[in-house]
Amino acid sequence: MKPFTYERARSPAEAAAAAARRPGAKFIAGGTNLLDLMKLQIEVPAHLIDVNGLALDKVEPTPEGGLRIGALVRNTDLAADERVRRDYAVLSRALLAGATGQLRNKATTAGNLLQRTRCPYFYDTAQPCNKRQPGSGCAAIGGFTRPLAVIGGSEACIATNPSDMAVAMRALDAVVETVRPDGTTRSIPIAEFHRLPGGTPHIETALEAGELITAVTLPPPAGGRQFYRKVRDRASYAFALVSVAAVVQRDGTGRVALGGVAHKPWRVEGAEAELRRGAKPAMAAILDGARPTPENAFKLALAERTLASVLAEARG
Amino acid sequence: MPASDTPSVTRRSAMAGAAASAAAASLPPVALAQAPSAAAPAGALEAPVTATLSLTVNGEAQSLELDTRTTLLDALREHLHLTGTKKGCDHGQCGACTVILDGKRVYSCLTLAVMHEGDAVTTIEGLGRPDSLHPMQAAFVKHDGYQCGYCTPGQICASVAMLEEIKAGIPSHVTADLTAAAQTTAEEIRERMSGNICRCGAYSNILDAITEVAERQA
Ligand SMILES: Cc1cc2nc3c(=O)[nH]c(=O)nc-3n(C[C@H](O)[C@H](O)[C@H](O)COP(=O)(O)OP(=O)(O)OC[C@H]3O[C@@H](n4cnc5c(N)ncnc54)[C@H](O)[C@@H]3O)c2cc1C
Ligand code: SF4
Ligand code: FES
Ligand code: FES
Repeated sequence: MKPFTYERARSPAEAAAAAARRPGAKFIAGGTNLLDLMKLQIEVPAHLIDVNGLALDKVEPTPEGGLRIGALVRNTDLAADERVRRDYAVLSRALLAGATGQLRNKATTAGNLLQRTRCPYFYDTAQPCNKRQPGSGCAAIGGFTRPLAVIGGSEACIATNPSDMAVAMRALDAVVETVRPDGTTRSIPIAEFHRLPGGTPHIETALEAGELITAVTLPPPAGGRQFYRKVRDRASYAFALVSVAAVVQRDGTGRVALGGVAHKPWRVEGAEAELRRGAKPAMAAILDGARPTPENAFKLALAERTLASVLAEARG
Repeated sequence: MPASDTPSVTRRSAMAGAAASAAAASLPPVALAQAPSAAAPAGALEAPVTATLSLTVNGEAQSLELDTRTTLLDALREHLHLTGTKKGCDHGQCGACTVILDGKRVYSCLTLAVMHEGDAVTTIEGLGRPDSLHPMQAAFVKHDGYQCGYCTPGQICASVAMLEEIKAGIPSHVTADLTAAAQTTAEEIRERMSGNICRCGAYSNILDAITEVAERQA
């Protein structure tokens, strides 16, 4: 790790202001992604702003009948929250499918949303990577692509977003709340929060420099039967090859978001009308325009079959 | 820096090379550095930065002066000489460094010591002693829940805290009904212990040891 100075933030607005003021500053929450990357010098913050003391660790009802999840609510606590288990089961399931008990005890809502890709070349500092070092090239294209994106990639980057939680939040139409360094706040729909790589894969979200996530809000419960099915190379403690977050209503309509296939949680609202016709037409519409490599084309079939098994279970 | 706990060390005074100890005396944690080198990333520091820290380890109050980069794992092993906690991967991928932090199991390799001012840590040394083993330690001995023993302190700390998680009603990936209380089945224990890898493959004996303790507690 490179040396860094450290401070504890006292309020969200002050944390954001401090982050904008200090060159090379970063927030640290659970630390489970940031420290991993700092040890490899993939992240080299000169200053850490510890946000753990901010009172953003509660899950509260909203006036609209939804839930407001503080940025610092730990993944374990969110998954175990009674209201989440009952009304937003897809979110509990996604959280519990990710990482391990030890990691979930530390990992926070905001940190999980901002965790960086697991592309093996991003992690290998001897390789070119546009995300790690803008303009250096992409070692993954033409390399080992099995875990990488099949849709939404660019000539610059074909990495995937590794979060399970974010996929469920995409299916639930969550909204990310933030405070900016000038003290103003805003709400970013999850659909607009994560970006596709385009020509700037190092810019991963809609956040501005110094902008702090304060909460994620969920709209009133979507009802239906909720599923998060994750397919991976081992039964636990592994990232998704493909995952399906689904909310399926009694009449067969519903919502589907995919993990493991793109640079962001992948959801195509316009394709969801096909759900009543079955997994094949629905997944064909969701993954329309996919550009897999021979190594990761299996993800298309896997996504369709995973959705088929979810729909079969939903029908009972 | 009015926005924080950090003492009033400005960028300019930091670059002028003020002494770390002077600021350390005022209020932890501390921020100091030398001038950044030309080619380094924004705000890059060259000299290590130290901070002071007080926390409780196995019931004993400890005060440390540490490089801010020190992980909780290195603070325990290198500074407090509690070498029972092991370093396997140092990247959150093996579980050897598992300790119990304010009652919850965590990987001590993926958290900074300075982030734990005032916290209480329990390591394998604090769970029990050779002449008064914790029931989980005794069960691991009885069931031969190890071969080389390297993963064992992490396995034991993780399993003790894991049984508390089940008691607290925290569900897992294999819990069939999210709205019902979780059970202490073999399937549940295996999933919940997946964050502790055993290269020797002592898993079935580890499961037996944990199951015995769980049944005794039930
Ligand atoms: C071995 C291993 C296996 C894993 N497996 C999975 C898995 O299967 N599925 C999965 O989804 N995840 C997995 N994870 C990733 C884990 O979920 C993330 O590391 C965790 O969610 C990050 O949260 P954190 O609070 O620790 O973030 P940190 O590491 O503290 O921060 C991550 C990023 O978020 C920023 N940040 C933190 N809080 C805020 C805030 N309030 N506002 C703005 N920025 C902020 C930080 O600056 C940093 O850039 C795994 C991790 C490891 C190490
Ligand atoms: S796919 Fe993206 S993250 Fe991976 S090497 Fe290419 S640019 Fe880097
Ligand atoms: S040493 Fe911490 S998980 Fe491996
Ligand atoms: S006993 Fe050797 S690694 Fe588990």
